[in-house]
Amino acid sequence: MIIDHPLLGPRDAQEFTYLGDASLIDRPDWQATDAAEQFFDYQYLRDNPAGLHKELWFHEMGDRSWLVVTRNTLTHEITKVELARDVARKRGRGK
Amino acid sequence: MRYSGFRIIKEALTGHKGWGPAWRNPEPKKSYDIIIIGGGGHGLATAHYLASQFGESSIAVLEKGWIGGGNVGRNTTIIRSNYLLDGNEPFYEFSLKLWEGLEQDLNYNAMVSQRGVLNLFHSDAQRDAYRRRGNAMMLHGADAQLLDADQVRAECPFLDFDNARFPIKGGLAQRRGGTVRHDAVAWGYARAADSRGVDIIQNCEVTGFRIKEGRVQGVETSKGFIGARKVGCAVAGSSGAVMAKAGLRLPIESHVLQAFVSEGLKPLIPGVVTFGAGHFYVSQSDKGGLVFGGDIDGYNSYAQRGNLPVVEDVCEGGMAIMPMIGRARLLRMWGGVMDMSMDGSPIIDRTDIKGLYFNGGWCYGGFKATPASGWCFAHLLSTDKPHETATAYRFDRFQRGAMIDEKGVGAQPNLH
Repeated sequence: MIIDHPLLGPRDAQEFTYLGDASLIDRPDWQATDAAEQFFDYQYLRDNPAGLHKELWFHEMGDRSWLVVTRNTLTHEITKVELARDVARKRGRGK
Repeated sequence: MRYSGFRIIKEALTGHKGWGPAWRNPEPKKSYDIIIIGGGGHGLATAHYLASQFGESSIAVLEKGWIGGGNVGRNTTIIRSNYLLDGNEPFYEFSLKLWEGLEQDLNYNAMVSQRGVLNLFHSDAQRDAYRRRGNAMMLHGADAQLLDADQVRAECPFLDFDNARFPIKGGLAQRRGGTVRHDAVAWGYARAADSRGVDIIQNCEVTGFRIKEGRVQGVETSKGFIGARKVGCAVAGSSGAVMAKAGLRLPIESHVLQAFVSEGLKPLIPGVVTFGAGHFYVSQSDKGGLVFGGDIDGYNSYAQRGNLPVVEDVCEGGMAIMPMIGRARLLRMWGGVMDMSMDGSPIIDRTDIKGLYFNGGWCYGGFKATPASGWCFAHLLSTDKPHETATAYRFDRFQRGAMIDEKGVGAQPNLH
């Protein structure tokens, strides 16, 4: 697989390590009253779709940026690659 | 019809006209007591034990394609019970005992071959860890034997003992482990279940669940609605996709695992041999092909095919312990979809929906579990209680912090 890095251009997927579903960006509020339940959901449960999947890849052998890659789990086709920090900021994280 | 030597002679003398199909091909009835989704090894085993051990008489197995066409047809056929943890070892030892009596039970030749499984170790620390695992196995009634380098050399002289990076210091052997003809397992269970009246319905895809007031009423299928008092789902690989139709999210990711077969060679490898410093294992099929594999690719996939970096990694593992493998040509390679659970261990449990039961999360070790998985799932479906060897395989273990993490890597499915 080739991942089209937004800053570096097309790179071999071997340069990256895989973490999982991009929902892992949305870490729950640890002070919420139901924090334990929210963290269980966050840590252990997955949508695991057969089709388009947004997922986190880390460019370990490159610029060490985190990417959100949209990939089809049925064909391995990659249709979109974004910097995870841009995605997180759009969702109001890291202010 | 029972299979026997006598029967073969009789058929040989009468022109082989008496062999009928091994199972019927029935149309679905309006409803059943118990529906099993998934006509793979685990689903068919569940149906067989429901009928033979738990006295259930109204059972259907629904299969999207043809039976045995999923992971039971795509694995590397190894059976063993060499686990460390209390939650796992009794279950897998129960499974190995069922393998030992399987062919008599099913009246079917599944070519169960207890040719032994040998896990190599490459350092003093690893020897100590293997000794501990061997002791844990023996405490649960399994067999284990720690071999030193000379003993391993006597059995497998072709290994690279003096590898500069990973010298072979010995191995942990389980003599009762081995291999089984994988397709025959599906066919044998199907034939045995069918003979007890189980309806095996192929080309019947489950498209949804009918759920009323928190209780399952039956399943919507490509052949129409089929009612059921209880529904058991045994579709490992596709668990996420099927259970999503019931609105459930699982502690599971689907990943692709590749496997490889070389050209046929003369008898070479006595049993199953695994590399202790990387992920590589190899055995030799009865046709002579070297059957080997290694790690999962490491990203979510339902594609049933992997990528080249893992091929390279597996071949490096092979070359590290067994350089002669580099001279063998690769005949076939393929990928299968694994239910990778959050702790590397399976789930056999009720769901929050009454009458809906789940069996999955087998990671890449589901084949060896087939008989015990079927038995324990049948136990749960029939009695509503977990079997004594499967009490740890519950959904709520993640919430309770009672993970069964053999590898100790945490909730990171692609590392298990």
